[in-house]
Amino acid sequence: MSETDNQGTIREINGPILTIQLPGIRNGEQVKIGNLGLYGEVIALKGEIALVQSYESTEGVKPGEQVFGLGKPLSVELGPGLLGSIFDGVQRPLDKVFLESGDHIGRGINLPALNRERTWHFVPEPGVAIGAMLSPGQLIGRVQETAIIEHRIMVPPNQSGELLELAPEGDYQLDDPIGRMQSADGKPHKLMLYQHWPVRSPRPYRRRDHGLSPLITGQRILDTFFPLLKGGKSAIPGPFGAGKTVLQQQIARWSNADIVIYVGCGERGNELVDVLETFPQLQDPYSGHKLMERTLLVANTSNMPVVAREASIYVGITMAEYYRDQGYDVVMLADSTSRWAEALREVSGRLGQMPVEDGYPAYLSSRLAAFYERAGRVETQTGAKGSVTLIGAVSPPGGDFSEPVTAHTKEIIQTFWALSKELADARHYPSIDWVGSFSEHVITAAQWWHQEISPDWAHRRKQALGLLARDAELSRIVNLVGPEALSSAQRWELEGAAMIKEGVLQQSALDPVDTFASPEKQFLLLDMVLMIFDRGSELIELGISVQELTDLPLMAKARRAKQTFSSDQCDKIRLLMEEFKQAFSKIRLEYAKFKEHTQ
Amino acid sequence: MSAKEYRTVSSAQGSLLIVEQAPQVAFGDQVIIRDHLNNKRHGQVIRTSEREALIQVFEGTGDLDLENTWVRFLDQSLEINLSPEILGRIFNGIGTPKDGRPPILSNVRRNVNGSAINPAARTYPREFIQTGISSIDGLNSLVRGQKLPIFSASGLPHNRLAAQIVRQAKLVDEESSFSIVFAAMGVSYADARFFQEEFADSGVLGNVVMYINLADDPPVERLALPRVALTAAEYLAFDLDRHVLVVLTDMTNYAEALREVATAKGDVPSRKGYPGYLYSDLAEIYERSGRIKDRHGSVTMVPVVTMPSDDITHPIPDLTGYITEGQIVLSRELHNQGVYPPVHISPSLSRLMKDGIGKDDTREDHPRVANQLYAMYAKAMETRNLAAIIGAEELSERDRRYLKFAEAFDSQFVGQGEDEDRSIIETLNLAWELLSMFPKDMLTRVQEADLAKYHRSAD
Repeated sequence: MSETDNQGTIREINGPILTIQLPGIRNGEQVKIGNLGLYGEVIALKGEIALVQSYESTEGVKPGEQVFGLGKPLSVELGPGLLGSIFDGVQRPLDKVFLESGDHIGRGINLPALNRERTWHFVPEPGVAIGAMLSPGQLIGRVQETAIIEHRIMVPPNQSGELLELAPEGDYQLDDPIGRMQSADGKPHKLMLYQHWPVRSPRPYRRRDHGLSPLITGQRILDTFFPLLKGGKSAIPGPFGAGKTVLQQQIARWSNADIVIYVGCGERGNELVDVLETFPQLQDPYSGHKLMERTLLVANTSNMPVVAREASIYVGITMAEYYRDQGYDVVMLADSTSRWAEALREVSGRLGQMPVEDGYPAYLSSRLAAFYERAGRVETQTGAKGSVTLIGAVSPPGGDFSEPVTAHTKEIIQTFWALSKELADARHYPSIDWVGSFSEHVITAAQWWHQEISPDWAHRRKQALGLLARDAELSRIVNLVGPEALSSAQRWELEGAAMIKEGVLQQSALDPVDTFASPEKQFLLLDMVLMIFDRGSELIELGISVQELTDLPLMAKARRAKQTFSSDQCDKIRLLMEEFKQAFSKIRLEYAKFKEHTQ
Repeated sequence: MSAKEYRTVSSAQGSLLIVEQAPQVAFGDQVIIRDHLNNKRHGQVIRTSEREALIQVFEGTGDLDLENTWVRFLDQSLEINLSPEILGRIFNGIGTPKDGRPPILSNVRRNVNGSAINPAARTYPREFIQTGISSIDGLNSLVRGQKLPIFSASGLPHNRLAAQIVRQAKLVDEESSFSIVFAAMGVSYADARFFQEEFADSGVLGNVVMYINLADDPPVERLALPRVALTAAEYLAFDLDRHVLVVLTDMTNYAEALREVATAKGDVPSRKGYPGYLYSDLAEIYERSGRIKDRHGSVTMVPVVTMPSDDITHPIPDLTGYITEGQIVLSRELHNQGVYPPVHISPSLSRLMKDGIGKDDTREDHPRVANQLYAMYAKAMETRNLAAIIGAEELSERDRRYLKFAEAFDSQFVGQGEDEDRSIIETLNLAWELLSMFPKDMLTRVQEADLAKYHRSAD
């Protein structure tokens, strides 16, 4: 549809919300606004009048200027070249925007998301023959997108038909058709290396599937204590300064997903640059290649227009679904969903909608639920298995978890990683509070740990959580009557809990060794600490003092083991455990001798 | 610029004015209003339709009558003239000189609203700024291009601390000093005076641009002021290659002015009556700090936020904390104990510290020393609470050591003179002096090598 077919005028401008007169426009349709050519979308219709939200600042726009309907809702381009890119909230490539408009983002810039000049080596799928009936989502060829990711070229999910022509193996640009297809109604369709999809509609799949294996993030408190399955939904709520962003970046760096999509939604520019500058240098611990080869970024910093912020998480999740449809396990991190909710609130406020809780519109909970529901492990249209794991940061005002966004999110997700201000203030990182957090995936994850790492995992995890709960109880007593009131066994329990906190739970993102722990290392550290606790308990029962055990020089070694031994040096942790066993036996023997002597 | 004047004002209320039958007025347009005494006022269009335009008047609508008010639309956004001559000058919130000297003449004109820096154009801030203040340099280091607010409360010495930072801030190996943009919103005459004298005394006046809106100046002007000041800061940094330190005081007054106007406009209130867009609005200001690729200069920002009723969860400090890269929190308790600067280190944080410190920037042990001090201080606070309940006599030898440490930490490390400019090495050595109150095996956050090199024990 040409632009002039669907043309109207601006009636009123109120910040990012405009009233326009444009008969025949559809709800959700994209529009080009005024002399500056700003982009926006229709959010409500009333007769010939439409309300439009603009993705860009409306400064300088006048009533009476023209508006053009673009005939389609906000859509993204999906094809090779997405990985390694950084897009803004409406999928404009920020490096290209930089070339076009310099240090600051200009207005009315229209650039395709994917690079049109680059050539890709296309290999047609063997067995796809001319005349074959192609089904939606069917694989027709492959392109090596990065060293580690093979991009699978598929028939768009809403198309099917008879294959008339398919290009031979060779180098193609995105605008070169790689085939033709005729649908049942006789209409011809070009097959391209890329496709479009409207961001607010979930991409179709055959059926939902169960999550089976945990997402390994290399973070002990997550993997060992509050596991999340691939295809799961998780939230990280926390007040500012509790370490949400660092934790999300750690997951982006170290998780064993095929693809990581990081959506910086209303966050700090400098932190996004940190990701942009460090990821191309960091190695993926699984493939050994650069992290950027499996990562893509969507950046809407907090000072970018609020409407584009609302769009950014849909742009992100649609790209995630696209790689899921290729059979990959995708992790999408949204930092932060509160900023997205605030964008909703801001727009609804300008529309004069009735606020319900804290000024948020009544549809907040249903929008949140619908968004999180796009995560999951699925059987794709062609029967492959793929997943989207969704991890959303939540920024509750004042750290109050009862506020609407946190409260509604909590009802939807399966794993809740609650960050605590108290722990962060004591520089206990990651500051995940083991009391307020939960995971509904423990039973399934336990089967995986049982098979892959150790049959003792579930038992050890339970024991550790029990000891931490006991610690909270005993600490209350200590705070009332002082440590002298405790028995030796109780004081050893406090000591054990402290070892778990320091030796297992606390993990430094900055320490080159400690930043990532393989499942094996995670289990060994936990096993070691609890072995020390168990054996120590036996000795204390015999009458040996807590002091004597805590004074062992080996104890500091146990606490430092996490940063002394890398994930490749698990045998050294085992050796250290042996040293402990010997040290404890020695104490036991000496004590027995001493007893014999005194008797 | 249009010469046409409209005399169709239909309503004037608070700071808002409605002009009817003024079609084709651009959103964000600048407006000049002439009243019955022929005095000029300035305004900005904040809503526009074919029927009417809503104007926010910086000087307020007091004393206006609807009959004898003429409105002229300038067909341009709020812009200011910029030249190197702005250094040493004093302006009001919309960039008009306040020092009795002539306006700035220049062909460099900039829109004060700016536009977002492309993340792809930024470079990550990583150059350590030495402020000479141990609690900041050692534990919450500031780097060039960072925005690090001071969270304070009424009666606390945030102004003295901000002035000390301005006086002492420098790079470790560089003599080049900062140009300073001082933006005061709704401050008292005494506070404004204090800063002016400070700048004069330290001889930096020729390197400072001041934008001042006093407590009795029109509140609406406060909304434009930080934008005007930051436009000047960006000009100094990215056109003139200077390193710029921006002090914004007090952001709480800014947010209150925003609430006042939002309420008058009829915006839906969210928390405590502040509009739902407070976060986006504050972000537009704070996010203008940073470094840009291939540009020599930088914009570093130290906003002052006074927390109403000392409440850090109040929307203004809360939203600020979510946007800025950390915060320096002042404590009334320390202040009452006579500690200056009363920096409460537990809730204080610098997010950009990690890449600005360490081997090549300050000293190799710095990150671990900071971590260890925090850990010891957290434990010491626990012990203090315990001692308050059961009495210090009941504590073990080990616990008493923590108490002694906390005392020394507050008085010697955090506490320092207002003119005391400690080098980062002095700060780190002082840290080791305090850490050496503990035996080596209690210091598990530092490395063996650090202990061997810096621990002051006999062995």
